[in-house]
Amino acid sequence: MEFFNNHKTLFLTAFLLFLVLTIFVCIQPAIKNQNNNAPLPNAIALSDDAVKGKAIFIKEGCVACHTQQVRNVDMDKVWGSRPSIAADYAANLRTDIWRNTATLMGTERTGPDLTNIGLRQPSQAWHLTHLFNPRIVVKESIMPSYKWLFNAKELVLKTDVIVNVPEEYLAGETGKVIATDDALYLVAYLQSLQQTKLPDGTPEPDFLYKKPLTTNSNQNPSNPNLDGAALYVTHCQACHQADGEGLKGAFPPLKGSKIVLDNNPELMVDIIMNGYAGRVKEGYAVMAAVGTNNNLTANQVAAIMNHEKTSWGNNSLKVTPTQVQKLMDFVKIKSKPQ
Amino acid sequence: MENLTRLKKLSLTIILGTGFKASLYAQTVANTKSNIGTWLILCLLTAIVLLTLIVAYRLSIKTNEVRKTARKAENDTENNRFKKYLNTLDSKQIETFLKIKNNKPKNVFSYKSIKSICILFLITFLSTINNNLVFAQPTTTPASLLSEWGIIITIVLIFIPVFAGIIFMLVKITSFFKKYQKLQDTHEAKQFAEYLNNPLDAEVETTLLKRKKALDYTLTHNELAGNLTADDDKGLLQQVNTHASLPFVSLKKKALGRYAVEPDLAKLILWFIGTATFWLVLGTSVGEYLGIKFVAPDVDHVSWLSFGRLRPVHTNMVFWGWASLGMLGLGHYVVPKVGNTPLASLKMGWYTLYFVNASVIFGTISLMAGINNGGGEYREYIWPIALLLAIGLVLTLINFIKTIANRTTKEIYISNWYIVAATIFAIVITLVAYLPFWQNGLGETIVQGYYMHQGVGMWFMMFTLGIVYYFLPQQLNKPIYSYSLGILAFWAQIIFYTLIGTHHFVFSAIPWWLQTIAIVGSTGMLIPVAAGSTNFILTFKGAWYKVPSSYTLPFFLVGIIFYFTGSLQGTAEAFKSTNLIWHFTDFTVAHSHIAMYGIICFFIWAGIYAVVPRLTGKEAPQVTVGAHFWLALIGLLFYSVPLMYGSTLKGLMWVEGEKPFIESVVFMAPYWLWRAIGGSLMWLSHLFFAYNFYKMLSGSNVNNVNEMAIQNLNKFYASADTTL
Repeated sequence: MEFFNNHKTLFLTAFLLFLVLTIFVCIQPAIKNQNNNAPLPNAIALSDDAVKGKAIFIKEGCVACHTQQVRNVDMDKVWGSRPSIAADYAANLRTDIWRNTATLMGTERTGPDLTNIGLRQPSQAWHLTHLFNPRIVVKESIMPSYKWLFNAKELVLKTDVIVNVPEEYLAGETGKVIATDDALYLVAYLQSLQQTKLPDGTPEPDFLYKKPLTTNSNQNPSNPNLDGAALYVTHCQACHQADGEGLKGAFPPLKGSKIVLDNNPELMVDIIMNGYAGRVKEGYAVMAAVGTNNNLTANQVAAIMNHEKTSWGNNSLKVTPTQVQKLMDFVKIKSKPQ
Repeated sequence: MENLTRLKKLSLTIILGTGFKASLYAQTVANTKSNIGTWLILCLLTAIVLLTLIVAYRLSIKTNEVRKTARKAENDTENNRFKKYLNTLDSKQIETFLKIKNNKPKNVFSYKSIKSICILFLITFLSTINNNLVFAQPTTTPASLLSEWGIIITIVLIFIPVFAGIIFMLVKITSFFKKYQKLQDTHEAKQFAEYLNNPLDAEVETTLLKRKKALDYTLTHNELAGNLTADDDKGLLQQVNTHASLPFVSLKKKALGRYAVEPDLAKLILWFIGTATFWLVLGTSVGEYLGIKFVAPDVDHVSWLSFGRLRPVHTNMVFWGWASLGMLGLGHYVVPKVGNTPLASLKMGWYTLYFVNASVIFGTISLMAGINNGGGEYREYIWPIALLLAIGLVLTLINFIKTIANRTTKEIYISNWYIVAATIFAIVITLVAYLPFWQNGLGETIVQGYYMHQGVGMWFMMFTLGIVYYFLPQQLNKPIYSYSLGILAFWAQIIFYTLIGTHHFVFSAIPWWLQTIAIVGSTGMLIPVAAGSTNFILTFKGAWYKVPSSYTLPFFLVGIIFYFTGSLQGTAEAFKSTNLIWHFTDFTVAHSHIAMYGIICFFIWAGIYAVVPRLTGKEAPQVTVGAHFWLALIGLLFYSVPLMYGSTLKGLMWVEGEKPFIESVVFMAPYWLWRAIGGSLMWLSHLFFAYNFYKMLSGSNVNNVNEMAIQNLNKFYASADTTL
């Protein structure tokens, strides 16, 4: 065709076709989404520390393995209570003159999604130990160690944050492991990652592809025979470890623990639902309100408790879901400031 | 004969009878209870029924054969038959016959076929009894007992002799028919011998003698060549192998000598390809190291070498360093060549080389230092560094368009459509990705989806296709199958590929309509992919014989196969149902390697092996080219297949949602190990490739010795001139 034997018309046609499609499928929707979405009214802006932490997150390329998006499919329910929406990302603006916006949605989930990590794992002590070497707390992890965010010091200042590291992970270094500012910023950023509740009255988008919950499914909270061991791995093991021994100087053992062995389960339910700071003086970290944060039901809490009460040589009275439900209602009232 | 037909009918009835009984029994069992025992017995029964059916089938075929031959024998007159035999005698047989015709051998044939028939009856009878016994037993067994392992084992044990019996019967029937056939043949032979011997017919003898002469005729082997010694006075014989030995690998054709490329352009192209090779080896060493980190996360604790920083180093280095520079090098050869005009500006070519290389060098250092653009895949280089790349692309575009404007051909060959369009699109994509006006909030993600896929599809894929449209017909020495299909693929690629970016974010917060368009566009990719790959494969038509004797064509072929499978895999991945399972898993990694490695790299290698010998006049050792090819191909399969398999199971595990996340990490460990193994093979193949490139640059071969001899002579004469 004569039309295409002219290089000007040929390449101009191809260029214009591509440009029009680009505007239609990329530029126009991008501008529209950029301008028509605002952060949710009750969204908390990142603190200064968290902003610096986000920069570390970007610098270290964490997005290569961690997503920050809860898709609107049922299987993503474990990562958040509702699907992520455009407003969740609206607060992400251009980083600086050199660097682009970082929504950090990610495309690979080699590691867990982090949309709600601040709620799921709020403990600073845990994050610092985990960052120093993830295998200290999660034996099977393949995450890199971020040792360079820490210093080993003989002389510890009062302001220094000491990180609990077992000797075998020190690789011959002596002294206390101190978190650098960068490490603390990064943890502050991780702690800030929490899903914002939709304003009252806004219907939450649905999770699609719901699968029928079979009665013996571990996802079905009303299943009376929940697998406590699996729930323990998901919610507790990262700190208290598979052998129930905890981590010396950071997370207390459950094996032989007075509270776990106590035949009156009230305190144990209280700790699971409201968190615990009772042993900070002994060097143990503050425990988060794991049960409340993860919306655990009485059934699930009972399964976890019974697993803890009967494992690693522990042998105490089992609890029933109704008993736990009663206590949960009770400690809920107790936790509310009067 | 009568006996035989009856026998056949009888055995058929017996066999079918048992089969029917068996199936009846199977039904009752299936109705009573379904457990392992019943299933086992059902399987066994089905096996027996199948076996007996096979026996019956064989029996009927055999009897038919026998009947046919018998009928034939009856219908044919003796004379006719024997004349046929006469014609089939070979020379040696005729000779023997003529020698011994005076002797009268007497052969007595006798065989008692009764014996075998008796055996057959006995076997069938026994097997029926056996069957009856067996079936009698389990029907009296209460169904509940079938769940007992002891009972099951016993039943299995009982079935064994039944099987053995049926098989024995099969063997016996076969041998019976063989014997029967033999009997017939011997009989026939006897008659034929008598026919030959009896009348001592002169006619027969002359026929045979004539036949023998005809059979003994051989050619003198110089009917066409004559008796003169060979002299290739037209220079038709090339590439004569004077020291033939047992080849360890098959010998491929050498590259044909073509008219020389201007040395300045050759130098530029070699520099492009040389730096590309360097980045390939370095970039895949980084990739290999990353693969190892999946298996051994504590292999180092150096910040500059940590996974998160090295991953973009790997991807960007092989994208911009290896693939882009390699493509640009080949492009600088193709664009002027198909326009039949010199390259517009060598200087611009050199600047492109500098800019792109500088971008990769600075980009790599900055990424390792932790300076990146914000985590969007493949645009991790910050804009000042990406700008260098973009300048290189703009220079290339100007250079190419100027060259095409100077072309001496009327048409613009399709290669140049693809190559120039790819360069234009790459510039557009880079601008869209780096301009800040639409990057806030979700805008960034929409741009990211667009950018990362257009980079692959509109830059790498289109440019490479342009290269293939030139080199494939050239290596096959025939025109492309259909120019129009190429044009169709060109426009369809632009229309559909541009739409599909968002399929990387299906189910995300991006608007549904955009996701839907992406999925539809991914399906539309069937058109350009089918058009392109059909076009290439059909270009091979009538020239397939060239593949085994060429060392470049296998690279093209693998590239074409992966172009089809890899692209359609992308389509399959874009659907919502598959997204549920595969999204976020290593399946994407496997897919991107199939695409970028299986398609792009193989095409670039094919182009390099085709073009560099032409530029330098030297070829790589074929053994190491072969090693490169096979290691790369096998390595890619070891890399991608286990990853796809493992990540599918991992995805299903996530969908099921019963197990803690960490278990899916533990689960992938063996597949990651396979990935590391496959990656190592790929990496090894790149060392071979680098060696091959070195050999093509500076290797010595026979041609060179000739060249040097001529040069020496030249020098000698020159010096003789001066001394005189």
